Amino acid sequence: MTEALKITNLHKSFKTGFFFKRKKILKGITLTVDKGEIFGYLGPNGAGKTTTIKCIMGLIFPETGEIQILGQPYLSLKAKTQIGFLPENPYFYDYLTATEFLRFYSQLFQLRKEDREQRISELIELVGLEKSRNLQLRKFSRGMLQRIGLAQALLNEPTIVFLDEPLGGLDPIGRKEIRDVIVRLRDEGKTVFLSSHILQDIEMICDRVAIIVNGEIVNAGRLSDLISEKVFFTEVIVSGIEAKKLENSGDSLNQHGERIFIKVYDDAKLEDILQLIQSHKGRIHSLIPRTETLEDLFVGMVKKQ
Amino acid sequence: MKIRAIALNTFKEAIKDRILYLVFFFAAVCLIFSRLLALLTVGDQVKIITDVGLAAISLFGTFMAILIGTGLVYKEIDKKTIFTLLSKPIHRYQFLLGKFFGLILTLLVMILLMTVIFLLMLFVHTIQIEWRMFVVISLIFFELALITSVAILFSTFSTPILSSVFTLAFYLIGHFSWGLETLIAKIQSRFLKTSAEVLYTLLPDLENFNYKTEIVHSLPIPDKVILLSFLYGIVYTAFVLAVAMFIFRKRDFI
Repeated sequence: MTEALKITNLHKSFKTGFFFKRKKILKGITLTVDKGEIFGYLGPNGAGKTTTIKCIMGLIFPETGEIQILGQPYLSLKAKTQIGFLPENPYFYDYLTATEFLRFYSQLFQLRKEDREQRISELIELVGLEKSRNLQLRKFSRGMLQRIGLAQALLNEPTIVFLDEPLGGLDPIGRKEIRDVIVRLRDEGKTVFLSSHILQDIEMICDRVAIIVNGEIVNAGRLSDLISEKVFFTEVIVSGIEAKKLENSGDSLNQHGERIFIKVYDDAKLEDILQLIQSHKGRIHSLIPRTETLEDLFVGMVKKQ
Repeated sequence: MKIRAIALNTFKEAIKDRILYLVFFFAAVCLIFSRLLALLTVGDQVKIITDVGLAAISLFGTFMAILIGTGLVYKEIDKKTIFTLLSKPIHRYQFLLGKFFGLILTLLVMILLMTVIFLLMLFVHTIQIEWRMFVVISLIFFELALITSVAILFSTFSTPILSSVFTLAFYLIGHFSWGLETLIAKIQSRFLKTSAEVLYTLLPDLENFNYKTEIVHSLPIPDKVILLSFLYGIVYTAFVLAVAMFIFRKRDFI
């Protein structure tokens, strides 16, 4: 079995408003996550990402559908011993210190006392909270809470980790550190289910993605398969040449100080432009072919829906 | 082990609650006040201290049970700490039982502290302290355990304010339901009589835990009655907790 998670035809709706009209949140989600991959679960706000994760965690009950974690029914304790979970905007017992908090959760896994203390120290080090280990969680910043949240998700050395917006509230350095931890988890053979709307992070670390819009999966697969390698346009940045001379060459022209930015949509024109720049002894700073990004794909999908 | 971990964490959380200390402070003031009241009374001062003291333990204990019972389960849901907790390998009933035993432990500590103050006040006036006093206080504790389970039951589907109102209503109904006995004796209509009897059976009778009058006036309490009162407390609490677990089992945490 290579599947770490298998979701089949998941439906969930909630009663809303005065007349308790049912609003459909998930409309038949079907997806599989393979073992040892970082799976990106992508969608705009309100698309149903968190609802899907809550169904998997057994926090809400789907109306129909099946969920299997590592071949086990998702609500079984056997499945739960193998998963880690970091919710969105985590809030923990603020009267506990970081160490006390991890100790409390580790007791729920029935680890041996010696193993427990060692694991707690390792995790505090992993998420970079060594200096705050004896600080009450109420004094933690949002980024620090995110880190301790990641630590509690890894207490049981899970086979599959569910992270709901794990990079929210982190500064650029913090984001990089957490990204590195996620990649390290994959390198250790763990599976990571990463829900996010920060496309840049997903693009950087995910092996496969699924895009959810309005409770439906609209696209799923390897990033390399989803994103076309076709060049949209080439961006050329030059200097040492008058903008006037380039006016008819590109499809779009912008000047910032000495530098001129040219967007060339027609490949055939590119050769002529480069010759023109050379003949006027201009300097080419960069020439970047712009292919489709995950953002283009995502925006396209959302608009289509 | 898992229930114990949750219970100990609940205990830690409860004893950090400032409201609990405020209630405890008033209880202590009341217990000390009983001494003042005794000084102003003509007659048996021990009776006054015993009566006011036991009433203070019972009343403030009830306040504590309602306050922490309705607040702590709801807080887990409201602050979403329950999200990570339930993703761990625990059953939902283990979570509720952990909360219940944590609250019971808190109440036990509070009752013990109030009892120490109460016995000290009593000790000033009389060297001899009846062993039955401990039985009566234990029964107050069993009543508080039942009230806590009711508070937990309501907080599994309601807000703290509503849960507090419902639990208070349970407490008041429980202490006045014995009035139905008098009503049943006076009703002529067979249908109404049966209805009142069914209602009396269903409603809680918290007077089963109240032996203050007997201890104050040194009246006898048969062992069988005491035993039945303890049993009543255990069975009723277990029943309420079972209903709470049933509701909690299928609840969505949005």
